Amino acid sequence: MSAPDLMLLALVIPLIGAVTIVLFGKIPNLREAATLVTAVSLFAVALNLLPVVADGGRPDLNLIEVLPGLELRFTLEPLGMLFALIASGLWIVNSIYSIGYMRAKKESNQTRFYVCFALAIFGAMGVALAGNMFTLFICYEVLTITTYPLVTHAGTPEAMRSGRTYLGLLLGSSIGLQLAAIIGTWYLTGTLDFRDGGVFAGHVQGPVIGLLLFLYVYGIGKAALMPIHRWLPAAMVAPTPVSALLHAVAVVKAGVFTVLKVIVYLFGSDFLRESGYGDWLAYIAGATVLTASLIAMTKDNLKARLAYSTVSQLSYIILGAALFTPLGAIGGAMHIAMHALGKITLFFCAGAIYVASGKTQISDMHGIGRVMPFTLFAFFIGSLSVIGLPPMGGSWSKYFIAMGALESGQIVFVAVLMISSLLNIAYLLPIVARGFFSPPSDEIGSGNVAATKIKEAPLLCVAPLCLTAFGCIVLFFYADPLYRLLAPIGGG
Amino acid sequence: MISTHLPALQIILPLLAAPLCVILRNGTLTYWFAVVVAWLAFAVSALLLQEVNAIGVIAYKLGGWAPPWGIEYRIDLLNAYVLLIVSAIGALTVSYAKPSVDQEIGGDRGYLFYTAFLLCLAGLLGVTITGDAFNIFVFLEISSLSSYALIAMGRDRRALIASYRYLVFGTIGATFFLIGVGLLYQMTGTLNIADLGERVAAVGPNRTITVAFGFMAVGLAVKAALFPVHAWLPNAYAYAPSVATIFLAATATKVSIYVLIRTYFTIFHHDFSFGVMALGDIFMVFAVLAMLAGSAIAIFQTDIKRMLAYSSVAQIGYMVLGVSMATVLGLTGGMLHLFNHALIKGALFMAMGCVFYRTGSVSIESMRGLAARMPWTMAAFVAGGMSLIGVPLTVGFVSKWYLLLAAMEQNLWWILVFLIIASLMAIIYVWRVVEAAYFMPSSAGAPTDIQEAPMAMLVPMWVMVLANFYFGIDTKLSVGVATRAAKFLLGDAS
Repeated sequence: MSAPDLMLLALVIPLIGAVTIVLFGKIPNLREAATLVTAVSLFAVALNLLPVVADGGRPDLNLIEVLPGLELRFTLEPLGMLFALIASGLWIVNSIYSIGYMRAKKESNQTRFYVCFALAIFGAMGVALAGNMFTLFICYEVLTITTYPLVTHAGTPEAMRSGRTYLGLLLGSSIGLQLAAIIGTWYLTGTLDFRDGGVFAGHVQGPVIGLLLFLYVYGIGKAALMPIHRWLPAAMVAPTPVSALLHAVAVVKAGVFTVLKVIVYLFGSDFLRESGYGDWLAYIAGATVLTASLIAMTKDNLKARLAYSTVSQLSYIILGAALFTPLGAIGGAMHIAMHALGKITLFFCAGAIYVASGKTQISDMHGIGRVMPFTLFAFFIGSLSVIGLPPMGGSWSKYFIAMGALESGQIVFVAVLMISSLLNIAYLLPIVARGFFSPPSDEIGSGNVAATKIKEAPLLCVAPLCLTAFGCIVLFFYADPLYRLLAPIGGG
Repeated sequence: MISTHLPALQIILPLLAAPLCVILRNGTLTYWFAVVVAWLAFAVSALLLQEVNAIGVIAYKLGGWAPPWGIEYRIDLLNAYVLLIVSAIGALTVSYAKPSVDQEIGGDRGYLFYTAFLLCLAGLLGVTITGDAFNIFVFLEISSLSSYALIAMGRDRRALIASYRYLVFGTIGATFFLIGVGLLYQMTGTLNIADLGERVAAVGPNRTITVAFGFMAVGLAVKAALFPVHAWLPNAYAYAPSVATIFLAATATKVSIYVLIRTYFTIFHHDFSFGVMALGDIFMVFAVLAMLAGSAIAIFQTDIKRMLAYSSVAQIGYMVLGVSMATVLGLTGGMLHLFNHALIKGALFMAMGCVFYRTGSVSIESMRGLAARMPWTMAAFVAGGMSLIGVPLTVGFVSKWYLLLAAMEQNLWWILVFLIIASLMAIIYVWRVVEAAYFMPSSAGAPTDIQEAPMAMLVPMWVMVLANFYFGIDTKLSVGVATRAAKFLLGDAS
């Protein structure tokens, strides 16, 4: 099968999956089997595409030309390959986890949940493979809309309110700003294609560059650059598997991925560095990294804390890209993968604790590690990766971003990274320490009858989180293939 | 032999079929008769478009009387395109009509509806096809009078007042147009549009011509419901029978905009209209106000048909905006929106017709939880709504894209901003319905036995919905014809 055919397959498989899930809606076992089969085959397709891209191939699939010059077109390059692999790979793990979680919680509307999930993955695949900004924009919006029913899954007034924030901010920013930027790009350059080295050189100069960059980075609300990050904490009202895969991986990573694409393939890192009109971005990203970490420390709700941690970590990626150096871009791209594995582990753990004990507040989790040792140990590993300590994958991406900062001669960002790591330690590790070392609260304590009721979450919840935690360690030792895959985006 | 008389057939078919409906009387019989006639009219207009595409302008002398004394039917790309829109919508609407008409008007009085419908269709087609300015007025009145009747058939008693109001407005509009035509006749001695075009230019811009210009501008703005003379439209659409709303919303104002284009590009040369008289500047301001005010008011409506009616006021703004730029791109965008908005509003009002058929109400309250009971209908509404917003791969995107290109071509950045704001407002008002239908439980007192609408309504509705996507992806027909028509009007041969 040729590479473009495989790409088409990568887009069609989630859609077929969605239809199959609807058909088997009344038979839960078959329905979940359909989800798993779809996820596995999608990942297999993505894996088959990997060698093509690693060898420098750029398979291209031109579906239709909607209007002169506006094509629905997909082109695969290293960044997209990485994103597609992460999204499809973690979808398998997350599906297993979802089954455990949703059944343990006896959630309603499960068919709608799985269908929307498959459609959201379709959107994420589209974003990953998009060959021009027009296609990317469409898939970006598909992702926004298909995740709305997942955010409001509970159907409570609070969920509806959060859902409105979610949709309002994401749609409003993408149509009000991103679309304006896309139209501006088209007007100025006559193309929306992603090209090595960008499309703006020779067409634009002066402050317009800065304005367009502003419209793009704030139009891509999914990247959660402050101050339009509010939708992400709001989205935490969703069931945990949604928070884990979508709001730690697919949706938010689609956002920073788009930022990377825009900087690397539309503007061109060199062009932005030389123009000097993009320098402010790194400062905003740096400020977001620190501010979001500080806010995270004040949150007692575990998922809210993780959400703000995500806001902070996403800005690492933007920071990496905004340094406009090869190493910075590679580090940023690598952080997409590293943070994905780390954060999904943390969310899985939060969900497992909730399933097993019903606890959502960190202050209630004294001694939880004594009854849920696997979960909390995985949480520990995930935390280390997010903090960026060896031997976890997260250390590599932070290393490359720091090297990028040095390369561009902006030492201040190295300091930002270091301070942020300290803040990460301050808001993540106490949870682990409290869980393992502080005496159990009455409820969990051995003297209480209720104590016997809290034990590890179902196997289908615990196994995935151990797997992703293990993945964090594996990525530390196998970071080299990742680096080689991503090297071309640095222009090297 | 017949092919040479196609232009006459286009009008005579529905015009003669209308009184036959009264003779037939039987509801079911007249329904099928109207369906056949409407589809035949559609076939005729498709053939006409094909012919115009192949050989260029068709001039047909009615009764063999040579113009400028006799009435001439003159079909170029522009009106062939509008004919196709009107007849296609007419055919789809009447196919959809039966269950709704039987319920809302009553099977025994159904024949009156089909009679008025066919007369209205004949009137609208006549306005479009004719090459004679006075004849435009005559057909305008045929379509208007029959549409007053159509609206007044609404069950709600407020329909009578809405219809009366439309009658007052419509008469003023048509009279102003007629005054303009009269003044032009005084100056030139001709009523033939092509002839007028040459002679008005020859006479030169004296005061009489200028006054005629003004009267026609106001009259047509009223007929097209351009903000701020749109007041007749919301209630007329809201209280008319569902089927009448679908047809009128998708065609009546479009035809008025066609007349507007015809008047200011063919009768008055576009250099005069948009250069000397600066009509573009005036219309552009009102168009932008229409876009913003219409969308803003739509957000606060609780009756969804009224909401869509205000949305129509906004969409008319889009069309006039494109026309007011008087460039190839702008005119293309405006004409594309003529076509596209007909598909969009047709689909949306059809969905509302289905909802009304089953629930007896189109308030936002009655939409709550409806998606579970009427999945196909609400899915159609969502699809139509996406098109209204202008999501890529729908027709709404195509026309907005051209309007944006046109605005950028002239460096009208502020229009870009307003276009985007109006789209955002469209998201809000469409979303209110989606949220109620999909994410809210049905209200406590709501009937529990609501079913999906009958197939006879679903099929035409979904044809309309799919057309929204088909023409959003394959843009050759609509964009191609609109572009060539725009170039033709602006005398740009390239």
